[in-house]
Amino acid sequence: MIAARGLGRSFGAKSVLRDLDLDVAERDLLLVTGPNGSGKSTLLALCAGLLAPTRGELDVTVERSRIGYLAHEPLVYRELSALENLDLYGRLYRVPERRERIGMLLERYGLWEVRRERVGTFSRGMQQRLALCRTLLHEPDLLLLDEPYAGLDEEGAALLDGELAALAGTRTLLLATHTPAGVELLATGRLALA
Amino acid sequence: MLAAAAAGLLLVGIALAFYWVPNAPIEGFRQRIFYIHVPIALTAYACFFWAAWKALRLLWTRDQSYDLESYTAVHIGVIFGILTLVTGSIWARTSWNTWWAWEERQLVLFLVLFLFYSAYFMLRFSVDPGPRRASMSAVYALFGVVLIPVSFLAIRLAEGLIHPVVFDEEVNTRLTASQFLTFIVCFAGMLALAASLYVNELTGKRVDERLRELREALS
Amino acid sequence: MSYLADVGTLAAKDLRLELRSRDTVPAMLLFVVSTLVVFNFALPVGASAEAAYGLLWAALVFTAILGLTRAFAAEREQRVLDGLVLAPSDRSAIWLGKTIAVVVFLALAEAVALPAFALFFEPVSWELVAAVALASVGFAAVGTLLAAMAAASRARELLLPLLFLPLVIPIVVGGVGASIGDDPGRYLGFLALYDLIFAILSWASFEYVVTE
Repeated sequence: MIAARGLGRSFGAKSVLRDLDLDVAERDLLLVTGPNGSGKSTLLALCAGLLAPTRGELDVTVERSRIGYLAHEPLVYRELSALENLDLYGRLYRVPERRERIGMLLERYGLWEVRRERVGTFSRGMQQRLALCRTLLHEPDLLLLDEPYAGLDEEGAALLDGELAALAGTRTLLLATHTPAGVELLATGRLALA
Repeated sequence: MLAAAAAGLLLVGIALAFYWVPNAPIEGFRQRIFYIHVPIALTAYACFFWAAWKALRLLWTRDQSYDLESYTAVHIGVIFGILTLVTGSIWARTSWNTWWAWEERQLVLFLVLFLFYSAYFMLRFSVDPGPRRASMSAVYALFGVVLIPVSFLAIRLAEGLIHPVVFDEEVNTRLTASQFLTFIVCFAGMLALAASLYVNELTGKRVDERLRELREALS
Repeated sequence: MSYLADVGTLAAKDLRLELRSRDTVPAMLLFVVSTLVVFNFALPVGASAEAAYGLLWAALVFTAILGLTRAFAAEREQRVLDGLVLAPSDRSAIWLGKTIAVVVFLALAEAVALPAFALFFEPVSWELVAAVALASVGFAAVGTLLAAMAAASRARELLLPLLFLPLVIPIVVGGVGASIGDDPGRYLGFLALYDLIFAILSWASFEYVVTE
């Protein structure tokens, strides 16, 4: 699914990723670890197609509609409600049975009660849950999750654990995290960035 | 080699322009600046079109090496653009005793283009180097080249409104053989000058780039 | 066609956002009226009607800049643009949806500006209204693309006017010509030509401005 040869990415004079070789097959779960600034987010953004490599090659054989990307920011409009945000993405991703799917995700992640409220009023944890809903909305084949546990409370983390356990083995996942403790068991591979 | 050709052509051209070619019938000696001003203007256009071509190649192939080529061409184009404005201003002063003339369509067009391409540099300076900056610059360079004919048309239309159109009965659009020869030599010289500046600057920038890459690889 | 559906979704989203936050259009309305009042004091006594029309166009350009500065504000704050770019929809749909919304905002501002102008200065003819309509399309088409560029830069709001002004000089010529000239049809035709050329160019190149 993902193949990288000598992949490098610089921002101006600063090179964040250097000479990286990578192979991710279908249904792998790759754990990407490393300290701050080691390039985890950059790698995920490259795989998503938001950034282009400045050196080397990267081949991602999944099309855009089948990729789910969870970034540091929730990528939702603060002035719109949770429902409106998911409806927007649902339409753009041509999600079949959009309303049902949105309703199901909102309920699963405990956001059904607040679905009509502006995202600007949400706490960090709630925004993260909404971001997860957004990422999973179109049932992507490739999931790129950048610090998915960030901001989640115990309940949220438990929900995410369950989701990941269900997804592992049926989808391909790249998970970037500081704290790999929870997901280590699920991982089929590990990439430690310096 | 290119620089030598440029130097040679320009020296010959200027000599022809100032010593050999006869005085223009009505304007007299002052008209000779035409042999400097117009080739400079045409060379500036050539640079902008070259930049747009390289920009198109970048967007088409996503090959980042075109970015530097496009940028350098714009840079040289702007230099020639400034020279166009300066020589045009001198011509206006000698012909109509004014440092600026809104009636002069070419001059106004160059002013608009100068503003446009100056903004190109502002754009480049305010975006971090990388593929993003390269594509945005390329798109902007393409807009520039489309702006040239559209602006020219606009300026022609504007003449009816802002200034009464002054037709110069003396304007003789057909050049005599000697005038034509002088013009061609000067034009070729200017193009060669632009080309040698382009190659020079591009080589320098590529060396800088290579140096930076090596430093990075070593650290 | 799903492309048009995407455009509709995105345009509706932009209009809904403005309806909620109400920060751009009111500012544009107030700005254009304030500018016209300033121009009253800027014009010397006995200034011609033509000068007034010229200043109207200046006011419209600056009001457009004001509106366009906010065009990608919501996307930039939350980096939502990444989310939109990642979607399988064509990136040019983002441009078209946004441009439609900007035209609506400009139209609202002009619906206030033109009557105000007629009240303070000179009468407003149908040719002028047509010119303003065509000019708005041009402002929006080019401005949306440039706003996306500016949003990706460090200079942000400072960059947009610098990029915008040289490109819209032809619009000002067309607009003023249609307002005061003897042959407004020619200038309206020119405005339509400008719109066509630059709308197509912006539509086709937007993809390259938001991706790498």
